[in-house]
Amino acid sequence: MTTATTGRTTVRGAVGTAHTRIEGRDKVTGAARYAGEVPFADLAHGWLVLSTVTRGRVRSVETGPVLDMPGVLTVLHHGNAPRLTTDYVGMLGLPDPTAAVFQHDRVPHSGWPVALVVAETPEQAREAAEALVVIYEREPHDTAFVATHPDAYAADGFMPAVTEKGDLEAELAASAHVVDAEYTTPEEHHAMMEPHAATARWDGGRLEVIDSNQGATWVRGELAKLFSLDESAVRVRSEHVGGGFGSKGVRAHQVSAVMAATTLQRPVRVVLTRRQMFSLTGYRSPTSQRVRLGADADGRLRALEHRSLNQTSTVYEFVEPSAGVARVMYDADAHRTANHVVRLDVPSPTWMRAPGEAPGSFALEAALDELAERCGVDPIELRLRNEPEAGPVSGLPFGSRNLAACFREGARRFGWADRDPRPGLRRDGRWLLGTGTAAASFGAGAGPSTALVTAEADGGFTVRIAAADIGTGARTALTLVAADALEVTPERVRVRIGDSDFGPAMIAGGSMGTRSWAWAVTAAARELRERLALGTSIPPEGITVRSDTTEALGALTQKERHAYGAQFAEVAVDTATGEVRVRRMLGIFAAGKIVNPLTARSQLVGGMTWGISMALHEEAVRDRNTGGHYGPDLAGYHVATHADVPRVEADWVDDPDPDDPVGIKGVGEIGIVGAAAAIANAVWHATGARHRSLPIRPDRVLAAATGAPDA
Amino acid sequence: MREFDYRRAPDVAGAVALLAADPDARFLGGGTNLVDLMKTGVERPALLVDVRELPLDRIESTDDGGLRIGATVTNSDLAAHPEVRRRYPALTQAVLAGASGQLRNMATVGGNLLQRTRCGYFTDVAGPCNKRVPGSGCPAVEGEHHNHAVLGASDHCVAVHPSDMGVALTAFDAVVSYETADGPGALPLADLYLPVGDTPHRETALPSGALITGVTLPPAPVAARSRYRKVRERASYAFAIGSVAAALDVRDGVVRDARLALGAVASRPWRARAAEAVLSGAPAVGDTFAAAADAELAAARPLPDNGYKVTLMRNLVVAVLTELAEEAAR
Amino acid sequence: MAPASSSTHSAVTLNINGEKYPLSVDHRTTLLDALRERLDLTGTKKGCDQGQCGACTVLIDGRRAVSCLHLAVAAEGREITTIEGMAEGDRLHPVQQAFLDLDGYQCGYCTPGQICSAVAVIEEHAAGWPSAVTDDVRPEAGPPPLTADEIRERMSGNLCRCGAYVSIVQAVARAAEAHEETAKEASA
Repeated sequence: MTTATTGRTTVRGAVGTAHTRIEGRDKVTGAARYAGEVPFADLAHGWLVLSTVTRGRVRSVETGPVLDMPGVLTVLHHGNAPRLTTDYVGMLGLPDPTAAVFQHDRVPHSGWPVALVVAETPEQAREAAEALVVIYEREPHDTAFVATHPDAYAADGFMPAVTEKGDLEAELAASAHVVDAEYTTPEEHHAMMEPHAATARWDGGRLEVIDSNQGATWVRGELAKLFSLDESAVRVRSEHVGGGFGSKGVRAHQVSAVMAATTLQRPVRVVLTRRQMFSLTGYRSPTSQRVRLGADADGRLRALEHRSLNQTSTVYEFVEPSAGVARVMYDADAHRTANHVVRLDVPSPTWMRAPGEAPGSFALEAALDELAERCGVDPIELRLRNEPEAGPVSGLPFGSRNLAACFREGARRFGWADRDPRPGLRRDGRWLLGTGTAAASFGAGAGPSTALVTAEADGGFTVRIAAADIGTGARTALTLVAADALEVTPERVRVRIGDSDFGPAMIAGGSMGTRSWAWAVTAAARELRERLALGTSIPPEGITVRSDTTEALGALTQKERHAYGAQFAEVAVDTATGEVRVRRMLGIFAAGKIVNPLTARSQLVGGMTWGISMALHEEAVRDRNTGGHYGPDLAGYHVATHADVPRVEADWVDDPDPDDPVGIKGVGEIGIVGAAAAIANAVWHATGARHRSLPIRPDRVLAAATGAPDA
Repeated sequence: MREFDYRRAPDVAGAVALLAADPDARFLGGGTNLVDLMKTGVERPALLVDVRELPLDRIESTDDGGLRIGATVTNSDLAAHPEVRRRYPALTQAVLAGASGQLRNMATVGGNLLQRTRCGYFTDVAGPCNKRVPGSGCPAVEGEHHNHAVLGASDHCVAVHPSDMGVALTAFDAVVSYETADGPGALPLADLYLPVGDTPHRETALPSGALITGVTLPPAPVAARSRYRKVRERASYAFAIGSVAAALDVRDGVVRDARLALGAVASRPWRARAAEAVLSGAPAVGDTFAAAADAELAAARPLPDNGYKVTLMRNLVVAVLTELAEEAAR
Repeated sequence: MAPASSSTHSAVTLNINGEKYPLSVDHRTTLLDALRERLDLTGTKKGCDQGQCGACTVLIDGRRAVSCLHLAVAAEGREITTIEGMAEGDRLHPVQQAFLDLDGYQCGYCTPGQICSAVAVIEEHAAGWPSAVTDDVRPEAGPPPLTADEIRERMSGNLCRCGAYVSIVQAVARAAEAHEETAKEASA
């Protein structure tokens, strides 16, 4: 669409048109520099030392011999490290004490940071860190995550722990069909490709940190509070971020780097090793879930109960709210959901792509598939019959809920109508074939953000916002959004992100980044355009407009705001060897206005790929005696490879959010939601065996095929 | 990683001499396992003798129709070699099933046979492991062992050998040649690996300081009809949870010759001689194959969490032999 | 600084992207760390430092290898090509261009390794190398067509956690087609 205003030819329609990544050339040529790659003169290298005991106290850190080793500059530990302030509430709540390193002698889990060795070269730092003798006092530990743990308790986290209405037992008793099943998901790790890395230095009385994170102002705020500094005295930059998925916040690497840079008064870089990442950077807790569904003969739900338990550390309470999904997805006369946690001597879990929804949708959507089988109702039809009019728990109206449209479009494209619902009937050589489906939802939210948009004297526009592009394509999306708001072509817009000096902004998380930032950019750009329309001449320093969306967001009416999706999978299973292969996947989503179809599709397909990985591969194993992580590396922790990921297609139905200035909902997480359930449901359709524990490993498939219990 | 000296071996004799002079020296081939073990602290050599450029990088036909494979031949070159693909296709398949394209370009035949187990307790230097620290204990027996050994293990160690290549070489009666300061020697691959017993840290029968110089495959017409199948917990770039190298010569519906070796079930590539005895001269049908698998797996002693491997290996042996028999019938 | 050569350090000259880089290396220094920490060639990425992810893939004497398990001192005398050496001036390598056009990445951290690997995959396939999914590996069977499954298997040593595999495979296929056409034209 082209419109003419005030005598200038202006352009709109950048939003919604595919655009390759602004920084694409830098990424394919290796020119894009990530946090550990910005050169500094006189740089020293820090190497963390982690506890080898599971619980206890550090009795002594034998620094003497190590300080005599070549190149070693200092060893920081609880006996000499700068003191931190930890009793504060940050942007996202209380800090995880795992990041507040070296403040006491307690060891709450294996892999707890106990020291940082700093040396002139990484090789020297590594050798000295390995040589450092730490003497511990061991204490008994409990690392066993079991469904029946006596210390479990209901916990709120980011939503109420328990919701309930109606008489659950009565409705179950009155139901024609009942499903009562337990589901488990294992400990899962973010495993983004770029390890956490930070370089800290003091520059003219100001602390500068080059870091890999999901929110530069967020990390700046946390570091300022931890080190009792004024926020203006801290600058955090993270221009390119090699993946985050929830893990890249304030962690031991930045904090220890700042400590060392302060102590040594020279730049210090701390990069986590892949092995260290498995105990220091959070993870998705294992879950144990129980779902009880009761339905009339036609599949209409009378009773729904979803209970979930996850583990957390003894130092930090993190709730993986798996039971929250049902509060959005399905109503029933009696409806009960509850999230529980148990504190164990394990590392702190954290947000990981679709926290709650990913494991929760596996249990709930697999249970619905079991209910469809019991009722003799098609799984899609079952879901359509249970579409709620309003929020099942809140009673609030839905913003827009286009789940049914997703299922209709997906069923058409996947060829669902031809499906024989009976399991175990289709074969291709040694492979049994099956198809499955599941529904998906994820919250569509936004967080307060500020943006600066400048009309430059040369006719270009500069957008500055402390957004983070962790692979989402945010830089490109915001360029398109700004271009449309300014009514210019994207080529005239330059977007700068990843710098805390650009002011407060939402993090890249909760599928809220692009929506939150786009709102702020749109507000500033529109105001700037209006000013320019008055014919103002542009001074050499340009004209800058700043926006702040705090008020606008506060004025939004309360609604159930979510994105939705329908997931489809076809799998092949060799029951002689236990191998499971996904043959194709299709996801149709109603996820708001799609800003950049090219990168949005990548995100949705990426989420679905996570679903494959979650369904079939990912599982962190802890030794049952020590609680230590067995094989904490990328050979021991399997994520899907190229060979595991077949044709995966994602597409969407028209679904602009009427209350968002651009119509955005967010696409970062919904791709994983329901994906594992669709695959597990397809495995049932192929083999007739229900797999209620992830991942669906060969040994589990073999056990199911031989009729062994505990498949 | 401690500091170390590095020398490029001038020739085979020089390599052996350099190693003999320093008890803390190690040969460096492709480095894909050794350098990783140095990073995790399992290996702490004082000297690396780089043998990668020794003139042991050729694959030649032997006079009797076998193949001689130099120790520094890379996995990639071995897999791609036309005579390997023609005469021992299961060897190409086994090599290609291992690791990744990058690692296969680096890794060498000699190094592959001497690679260490990927047991997670072996690579965790903070904890006990009888293979790494004799007498310290084996946490796998009561801990995580779902991918550990079901054949030939002991209470002292239940780790498995990770090689795919070695499984095919074992099936085809490969002989390992080596050089020592006292002169050359040779060992059948089947005898290269020592029984686990109570000395899991003693892994091979090679004399101290020996350098593997090559592997010889005797002629084996049966190997032209051979196959390697590997089962793992993702489709690629993962170690096996079970694998089979098999060759079958079927005439008139009867097994004339059979070779069978199993991977990821023991501390060594496992030659299935009991199964071969059942196969030889028996009708090439499913019942025979199942009886052969059962004969071999009768000795299996699974742990609480790896009993599935017995089922897996039985099914895998039957499946691969059936495929080969069907091919022969075509 | 340590002396140029000693029992723990060596003076070497690394040949990278056609340029010679003399430097003294600690024997412990991997090729990956030499590139990133000493030569400011940070396009080669460190994802795991254990040969388990492929992010550090470079070409050594034209063949792909993980630079994290290759000691810098052992790289002397070899021709090393990194992501920085793929483009010809401003003109991207066809594999780079295909990754850019088809969005064969997200966060970009595995990308240089994926691209180096893909360049080698196309060469390996052109040389007739079979793969683990090649149905018949005997030379008589001829080279397998470079199907999506063949590309997936051959690229499996490069993990991508963002889940960009689908677009990466499309990008490799597109670049391979272009490569094949160029080869045909050259031989015509």
